[in-house]
Amino acid sequence: MANRLLAAAAALILSVAVGGTALAADKLKVGFIYLGPIGDLGWTYQHELARQALVKEFGDKIETTYLENVPEGPDAERAIEQLVRAGNKLIFTTSFGYMDPTLKVAKKYPNVHFEHATGYKRDKNMSTYSARWYQGRYIQGQIAAKMSKAGVLGYIGSFPIPEVISGINATMLGAQSINPNIKVKIIWVNTWFDPGKEADAAKALLDQGADIIMQHTDSPAAMQVAEERGKLAFGQDSEMIKFGPKAQLTSILDTWAPYYIARVKAELDGTWKEENTWGGLDSKMFEMAPYTNMPDDVKKLAEDTQAAITAGKLHPFKCPVLGQDGKEVECKGGDHLDDSQILSMNFYVKGVDDKLPGK
Amino acid sequence: MQLVLEKRAERSQTIALISPLIAIGLTIVTMSLLFVILGKNPLAALDAYSIAPLTDSYSLQEIAVKATPLVMIAIGLSLCYLANAWNIGAEGQFLIGAVAGSWIAVKTQGTEAGHWVLPAMLLAGAAAGALYALIPALCRVKFGASEILTSLMLVYVADLLLDYLVRGPWRDPAGFNFPTTAEFDPVATVPVLIEGGRLHLGAIIALLVVAGAFIVLGRTIKGFEIRVVGAAPRAARFGGFNADQLILLTFAVSGALAGLAGIIEVAGPVGHLQPGISPGYGFTAIIVAFLGRLNPVGILIAGLFLALTFIGGEQAQITMKIPLDVTKVFQGILLFYVLACDSLILYRFRLISASRQVHRGAG
Repeated sequence: MANRLLAAAAALILSVAVGGTALAADKLKVGFIYLGPIGDLGWTYQHELARQALVKEFGDKIETTYLENVPEGPDAERAIEQLVRAGNKLIFTTSFGYMDPTLKVAKKYPNVHFEHATGYKRDKNMSTYSARWYQGRYIQGQIAAKMSKAGVLGYIGSFPIPEVISGINATMLGAQSINPNIKVKIIWVNTWFDPGKEADAAKALLDQGADIIMQHTDSPAAMQVAEERGKLAFGQDSEMIKFGPKAQLTSILDTWAPYYIARVKAELDGTWKEENTWGGLDSKMFEMAPYTNMPDDVKKLAEDTQAAITAGKLHPFKCPVLGQDGKEVECKGGDHLDDSQILSMNFYVKGVDDKLPGK
Repeated sequence: MQLVLEKRAERSQTIALISPLIAIGLTIVTMSLLFVILGKNPLAALDAYSIAPLTDSYSLQEIAVKATPLVMIAIGLSLCYLANAWNIGAEGQFLIGAVAGSWIAVKTQGTEAGHWVLPAMLLAGAAAGALYALIPALCRVKFGASEILTSLMLVYVADLLLDYLVRGPWRDPAGFNFPTTAEFDPVATVPVLIEGGRLHLGAIIALLVVAGAFIVLGRTIKGFEIRVVGAAPRAARFGGFNADQLILLTFAVSGALAGLAGIIEVAGPVGHLQPGISPGYGFTAIIVAFLGRLNPVGILIAGLFLALTFIGGEQAQITMKIPLDVTKVFQGILLFYVLACDSLILYRFRLISASRQVHRGAG
């Protein structure tokens, strides 16, 4: 009798315990690797906003975890693997430099799904996602050409990778459509996030005669410099108007939330599969911040261009595209450059007075 | 009234031994308070930081991987510091070692080169680190230039050289312009010790380095010389020891170890040369050297302990949602207490009355 009671009690405890773990396992664990601190107010901040949107959307169905300030070196692989080992089944690695570490971990854990931002290596359990920011850069180029009195743009570059170079080229093509003689000065700061360096670069560009600052780095430091000096600037990644209420013309806003929600939903439904997503204005992978600090006609121009790009009527890299040497670049995509040409862009267009680093 | 720090006439051997334990105890108390303020369960947090990483083989491997470069560099630095030579530029020697070794890896990429590649890379890394460290050492010996300043400045030179190489001549042609070399060939890669893990041959080399330093410092005349020159330069001169020669030697050895650590890191966990291969190992190793009280075994423990706080910090972020900044505070507080406890072994606080001070001033 006593034995029976014991067995019953044990069975009860066991069933509760098993039930408990089953309940916990039902929750989908989603992990994030961030490059900067969540308070960088730029790149990482936008990913963090999207993570918060996920929590709001799915509530108790998921549990999210992030690791911030993960350097793009040997530590990245460990950080990603730590997330896997903590039970995360869907992991977003949110910077280009995590590509190889993500791939290594993905090969080791075939049952975990990985989402890598802005890279080009994929596997059956590793997708990539990115946005066609060059479309926004083209609009910014037009605004800049209209608004610049000196005809000189200052451009803060991070790393000379295709994403950044296609941004510079799209800017110049947009600007040249307004003012064929527009000039651009470029400073490479070799970092994604270093407010001190970014501010120094902005100051140097203004001192060299530029009157509009554009950046491909993640902090609002350059915007603050422009505001102080009474010049104009474009924000990057996030809304930076509060750092430059009189300076910000517009900003490219990374809006990852819809994509993240779609991917988590697919994971919950069991329909997740490897994909290469490269969304533009039409799919709202990014948005333009309100057009501010400009006259109405410039605003109208920007809105028209945005509408044309969204509708697919205007392609920033429409052929012919001339290289720095004035020769026409091979046109693989019919009437515009092919996606693969943009994704591997390794040349400047005509009118960029700079030498590509390392070339 | 004035508070002064006064040297103790004698130091207690017992206190010296338990001082690190006192420091750890104080750290635990302070961090527990901080966790309570943050609204976290202090016991669970401390478990995530310091116990959980020790309970599975994966984390243990990662601790060893993280500690390997720290320990190797710190051993070299301890020799310098014991001899009263201040090498602050281990970070630069680490990078130069990585560059020199990578040169062989890049040049032999895709060729039929055999198993001599990795040993050659390790040798090149160590040699380059040693030569690079000899620059500030020679400047000090020949011109009396401060080795602290020159060795530190050479860090930036090494950093920019690496940057130039991976953006220019050595860039992976298939790498979409990103500043990195192609992945090294298998013959140019440090082998892992356990299949599927990241623990690599470098960990064993680091242990050999610790053992070597232990023997040199404890059992050889050279080790004695290093200690004497550092502790009592005048006595060393009477003893016929050549301090200049010793500066060159200790710098060369510490540079070689840093360079070796650099190429092991690149050919091991990273697998290719890229900027940012070191999250400040050369500087963190200075902390490790002092935390280990310039003693080889102490350095091994300190290196493992610091690595534990890194891994534990990540686990705390994952399991407890504790921000990374708290990990940095944790490391800072620990270092503060260790140094404070050590100082209080040698010194004590004393209140001096104003009248005495005036008297002393007049006298």
